[in-house]
Amino acid sequence: MLGDYSLGDLGAIFAMQGFAGLILFSVYLLMALGLAIIFGQMGVINMAHGEFMILGAYVTYLCSSLCQSYLPALFPIYFFVAMGLAFLASGALGMLVEWSLIRFLYKRPLDTLLATWGLSLILQQAYRSIFGAREVGVELPSWLIGSVQVTDTIEIPINGLFVMAVTILITLCVALLIFRSRFGQQVRAVMSNRAMAGAVGIDTEKVDRYTFGLGCGIAGIAGSAFTMIGSTGPTSGQLYIVDTFLIVVFGGAASLLGTIASAFSISQTQSTLEFFLSGSMAKVITLLAVVGILMLRPQGLFTLKVRR
Amino acid sequence: MTNPVQTLTKSVTVNDNPFMKPVEWLSLLLLAGVILVVLPLALDGFRLNLVGKYLTYAFVALGLVICWGYAGILSLGQGVFFGLGGYCMAMYLKLEASSIENTKIQSTPGIPDFMDWNQITALPWFWQPFKSLPLTLILVVAVPVLFAMLISYAMFKRRVGGTYFAIITQAIAAILTILIVGQQGYTGGINGITDLRTLHGWDIRTDHAKVILYFVNGGLLIACILAAQYVKKSKLGRILVAMRDKEDRVRFSGYSVAGFKVFAFCLAAAFAAIGGAMFTLQVGFMSPSFVGIVPSIEMVIYAAVGGRLSLFGAVWGTLLVNWAKTSFSESFPDLWLFGLGALFIAVVLAFPNGLAGIWREQIEPRLTRRVKGLRAPPPAIVPPHGAPAE
Amino acid sequence: MNAAILSSPVVGAEAAPPDHLLAVEALTVSFDGFKAVNDVSFYVEPDEIRVIIGPNGAGKTTVLDLICGRTKASAGSIKYKGQELTKLSESAIVQAGVGRKFQTPSIYDDLTVFENLEISFPRGRSVFGALTFKRDAEVRDRIHAVAETIFLKDQLRERAEFLSHGQKQWLEIGMLLIQDPELLMLDEPVAGMSVGERIKTAELLNQIIKGRSVLVIEHDMKFVEDIAHRVTVLHQGKVLSEGSMDRVKNDPKVIEVYLGH
Repeated sequence: MLGDYSLGDLGAIFAMQGFAGLILFSVYLLMALGLAIIFGQMGVINMAHGEFMILGAYVTYLCSSLCQSYLPALFPIYFFVAMGLAFLASGALGMLVEWSLIRFLYKRPLDTLLATWGLSLILQQAYRSIFGAREVGVELPSWLIGSVQVTDTIEIPINGLFVMAVTILITLCVALLIFRSRFGQQVRAVMSNRAMAGAVGIDTEKVDRYTFGLGCGIAGIAGSAFTMIGSTGPTSGQLYIVDTFLIVVFGGAASLLGTIASAFSISQTQSTLEFFLSGSMAKVITLLAVVGILMLRPQGLFTLKVRR
Repeated sequence: MTNPVQTLTKSVTVNDNPFMKPVEWLSLLLLAGVILVVLPLALDGFRLNLVGKYLTYAFVALGLVICWGYAGILSLGQGVFFGLGGYCMAMYLKLEASSIENTKIQSTPGIPDFMDWNQITALPWFWQPFKSLPLTLILVVAVPVLFAMLISYAMFKRRVGGTYFAIITQAIAAILTILIVGQQGYTGGINGITDLRTLHGWDIRTDHAKVILYFVNGGLLIACILAAQYVKKSKLGRILVAMRDKEDRVRFSGYSVAGFKVFAFCLAAAFAAIGGAMFTLQVGFMSPSFVGIVPSIEMVIYAAVGGRLSLFGAVWGTLLVNWAKTSFSESFPDLWLFGLGALFIAVVLAFPNGLAGIWREQIEPRLTRRVKGLRAPPPAIVPPHGAPAE
Repeated sequence: MNAAILSSPVVGAEAAPPDHLLAVEALTVSFDGFKAVNDVSFYVEPDEIRVIIGPNGAGKTTVLDLICGRTKASAGSIKYKGQELTKLSESAIVQAGVGRKFQTPSIYDDLTVFENLEISFPRGRSVFGALTFKRDAEVRDRIHAVAETIFLKDQLRERAEFLSHGQKQWLEIGMLLIQDPELLMLDEPVAGMSVGERIKTAELLNQIIKGRSVLVIEHDMKFVEDIAHRVTVLHQGKVLSEGSMDRVKNDPKVIEVYLGH
């Protein structure tokens, strides 16, 4: 099957495919980051994570439409505002959900899973009632359209580059927040020893609420970035929930580095396989490989050996 | 010390662990009466067939009671086993419907129509066994159970449980759906396997056949309830509860914990597979929409609504949720998802033991008090095997 | 606390016969480079009561975890009646005759006292065996006898959840009794008990250790003095001292790290 291409063509194909993989990696990583915080740090299985992401996408869609109609002058930069609003909207909804639902279920992780699934159904229907069942897309400002010509045969879409830049930025922010800030210190303290953290004066309930809100807010940003490269429908979130959970689990639930490594390996495997196989088989083989590895090594890629 | 009243001397002679308590016999009688007598008399053919379809989901819910309620293993991939059982049956029926004379207009007669459309010219190897009915009946249960064993043994040996297991089973449901949809030529793709006609020459599409299949389905369901009851009442059932509580203690009492979990999971898979096969027979097709994540998790809610610890509750829960779904989506289609979502949340937050829990905690003690009058001791509020897992 | 029956010390360490019931040799386990148990060796003889003492974090519970297979050793060997345990699964170790009681009472809250005891009955341990297990007269009689021993005769039909802390400890001891192990390992059997319960527990332990070897972790020095034939002192994952209670008590190294304060 490779015989029809010249060597230069092949190189270009691999470069483009690799870049497609990098965009997929960015999307996966953005989605997984929020979940890594919620599931990895708090041990909560949030099946509605995809819906928090879609909320961010819809907020961006609203911003884009409103901006186009009322403030066309600001259109080129609306996206940055939209991203901030997406973070706030998803984060606020997340905190509300934590307060009204999740906090009663910390000792029953499997029940959390069912309850958040119920939440995801409600959110899906709410999106459908408000925005309609059809998928919506946002209008991109002109500077995000087009591609950068690297060589004669290799060109890279600008929106893809933008999503990658956003991903790197958000990842850095999360890493700083978790490992350098006072809030991150409190989060890690609460997660490693709740009773002790409470005893030294940390308001554990507040930390829980903000942590959950943070995870959901990052999902909102992911959804916002996602509108750059795809359209959004009420059930789009559900399509990604399995991949996202697998990425987090595969990376080793409590490890940020593991999440990055796992998002990278899964996205690269999938996009490389897509070159040789149909899209669905590439996905099947990638997921099967991940599941197979997890069966043999349930702790994921990166974990500490701890006394149990 | 805390309870000076004792009935100990009696327990040595009287069988204190009967197969079913009187109240359980009554529940069984009630359920059998409703399924096998009341509903067939009260409903027309179309509605009865609909109830028959619901009851195939009850097999899955029944398995979940053992696997999730008793053993504490939540599987979000029961659709996989339901689907595998259903597909095995559908493959047999499809081959019978694709006889050479039925398919003589195809470019390759004698193979299923969707294969012909996808330029496949010979029957793939994994379709071959389904030419035989006895072999099919075995494979309907064997394929899902072996698959369940394969999945669960590796994981339970490595002490994977709880949320991880739920996520992995869910991923497997997703993978299988993508695979079935993607491999259209071998599986019928997104439409599934349709246009099924006869079972060993017997036309399953007639009204008469549908009524008979309904009764077969009901009979099988009651047989499965009895089988589940046997497991629940055996020492194995108590070991499952014990494992849910203190897995290490069971291990250090000399049991290989993984083996018991594999058993519970495989039993649930077997029940689901029987349900799937009966679904195919009664509804006349099988498609990937019964395999994936959404149906799998919806089946969990049937068991949760009925009561995750109650075999009879699971059947009632299935009937109730599906009845609600049908009537809601007929009159207010937009509201159904809100209702279902709220049901998930309510059952978890307010009624973790479902309908059966409400019955046992609220209604039964009152009834007992009324029946037994003053002789009865204060009602024990705690249901037999207690709170939900984790 | 009267433990007169127990005060006949078995063989001294010097004259140890070659057929030890349990031989732990050069046992080491490390967690991320930290050696929780470091080159530990000791021998337990038939019918001996051995107490392991040591400050918190000395590796006492880890040693029991290693013997019963809960934690896998990094190096060293554990031989039980000549059989290497480090390679066996937990259930196989139990079936070989090693019983283990956990530090916090580990019983099944949702089952009755009777059912708790029944699960420990050493029959029907395979999946199929459990499915066809019959609650016959032998099972009943044995459970009733044990319930009598552990002072829970009147609670057989009660859910274990409603027992007091002491009763839960007794129930777990009863579960081990039904199992009838040759080597019984107890992790702080009297911790968190009232004085009355403690006396009863000592009485109970005196009864059940007959005809078997016992390995006990305990902090309560009075209790240790009453029951121990020999004492092994662990400190920072290593054996610091070993011998009779008197000898250990007067060992300057032990006084410095443990008994001294």
